[in-house]
Amino acid sequence: MKILVCISNVPDTTTKVKFIDNSRTLDTVGVQWVINPWDELALTRALELKDDPANGIQQVAVAHVGLVSAEPTIRKALAIGADEAFRVNSYAKDAFFVAAQLSEVIKTNPFDIILCGIESSDYNGSSVGGMLSEFLGINSVSAVSSIKIENGKSLIHREIDGGKEILTIPSPYVAIVQKGIAKEPRIAAMRGIMMARTKPIKVSEPVDIDSLTEVIHFELPKPRTACKFVDPENPKQLIELLQNEAKII
Amino acid sequence: MSVLVFTENWDGKFKKLSFELISYATKLAEMLNTKSIALSIGEVEKSELEKLGKYGAHKIISIINKNLDILDNQVYSQLIADIAQKEEVTVIVLANNNVGKALAPRLSVRLKAGLGAGVTKLPVNIDPFVVYKKVYSGNAFAEVRIKSEIKILTIAQNSFDLIETYNHAEIVNTEVFVADGQVKTQMLEVQKQTGKILLTDAEIVVSGGRGMKTPDNWGPLIEMASLLGAATACSRPVSDEGWRPHEEHTGQTGKIISPNLYFAIGISGATQHLAGVSSSKVIVAINTDKDAPIFEAANYGIVGDAIKVLPKLVDAIKELKGK
Ligand SMILES: Cc1cc2nc3c(=O)[nH]c(=O)nc-3n(C[C@H](O)[C@H](O)[C@H](O)COP(=O)(O)OP(=O)(O)OC[C@H]3O[C@@H](n4cnc5c(N)ncnc54)[C@H](O)[C@@H]3O)c2cc1C
Repeated sequence: MKILVCISNVPDTTTKVKFIDNSRTLDTVGVQWVINPWDELALTRALELKDDPANGIQQVAVAHVGLVSAEPTIRKALAIGADEAFRVNSYAKDAFFVAAQLSEVIKTNPFDIILCGIESSDYNGSSVGGMLSEFLGINSVSAVSSIKIENGKSLIHREIDGGKEILTIPSPYVAIVQKGIAKEPRIAAMRGIMMARTKPIKVSEPVDIDSLTEVIHFELPKPRTACKFVDPENPKQLIELLQNEAKII
Repeated sequence: MSVLVFTENWDGKFKKLSFELISYATKLAEMLNTKSIALSIGEVEKSELEKLGKYGAHKIISIINKNLDILDNQVYSQLIADIAQKEEVTVIVLANNNVGKALAPRLSVRLKAGLGAGVTKLPVNIDPFVVYKKVYSGNAFAEVRIKSEIKILTIAQNSFDLIETYNHAEIVNTEVFVADGQVKTQMLEVQKQTGKILLTDAEIVVSGGRGMKTPDNWGPLIEMASLLGAATACSRPVSDEGWRPHEEHTGQTGKIISPNLYFAIGISGATQHLAGVSSSKVIVAINTDKDAPIFEAANYGIVGDAIKVLPKLVDAIKELKGK
């Protein structure tokens, strides 16, 4: 079996975002780029599954739609342990465009399990995984918090309100993963970093497809009104404010 | 033309979330000079379905089919897309929750319809169609233009007020055929807790961080939550340490919530934590460090030791509730 993890290249989660070009474009000066945290956990789980020979995973690959500037992030995924990488050489216009490009990669390089993170920390769209499965005409499971393999079958935990479902679904499928899928992201060791240098990144050109959405304007959140402080000796005052001023309890 | 709303039910009952979606869709339909239609899948009594009409649904399509008891993303999205085409729908509205996130992207591809995910208010413009949403985990907002003829929107929970309009909705029971072999998702087991207020539904949330020091200190926090009818939550290190269950973890990598009132107690206010709670309408922070970043996000604050402040707060709430 082969697993593909789709990775997004996003600003480090502590970045103070700023915009340029009339608030239409992210100012990338000084931004540190990282693997989207969810995708990093998905990759970690894929590698954990491969570690146990009983699971019969021969290969873990990663795929990314982006320009050559994203290669350090892809190399990081290889250093963590992915065997090879695919990159579609294009600016990521929107989720629909990205999913369409990823589906082309998978049509020529089939995988049994495809993992996507529940959202990317930039556009927070929760879109690519579901879209990809529909482009491929295969099934998908969302809100996945655990994947195990038993006798070649996937056992999946799907989070529901107030609990979870344990289910199985035939391969190939797309799993859209979230909290629980892996505990801590795996960190690249020196050996991995050395090995990553020689692992292949297979670059392809995008197919011609239109995006369906475009960001026309970004804005920063309005500053919150200054915090009103209450005397710690008299918390009753807080309750009164919440009741009479904020009118919320 | 019409606006279609996908409504989930929970053991045959709708939630406030369902009515938010209908209210949103009905307002949007008005802007587009059309009507809203609700789609309900599963066994829901007539009196419950009629509630959707109260919030403006013009027509309610009700489907009951045992092969739809399991959420199979492929089967569901095909079914919803077919109905959307038959009803000549121009916008489909879903919740930005687990189910909405599972189906909306598939519908987007099936119908070649641009997806506006997690929108927080009505479109800022209709032609061109422009929606408003949170990006960069709440560190920014964006206006996004949807270029396709059909549009799909998922609406952030608790971001749109209910509007009662008392439409008398027509309920249309619709038969659909789903072949047994079509449902590929096979359910082995369901584990579910009942009776607890769900974090994502709660209007008030009381949340504790590492500043609570030890798991034994949670007593007054839980008591305060139960007095307020609130859900309890925590920061990531707290659930990582096993002080509190994982479902309570809020933030970028946990649950994203938008209650009316959020208490952050002994939580520093790291960007990753705020990413999950910054849409709360009012934030109260209790922290020993007056420079903690949480106070920049908070509306009300107490600089002090949570362990000492909490029992006093509990007393004050008891006094209030006693009145
Ligand atoms: C990729 C990534 C994703 C992450 N996702 C999340 C996430 O989803 N959610 C999340 O919460 N974190 C997340 N984090 C972790 C985040 O960066 C912070 O480390 C975390 O939120 C800190 O938790 P805390 O505020 O409980 O603890 P601390 O940062 O240790 O803060 C404790 C606070 O309590 C105060 N305090 C101490 N004693 C008392 C007392 N007696 N009374 C009152 N106050 C007191 C201190 O002044 C301090 O402000 C993520 C990190 C990364 C890198």
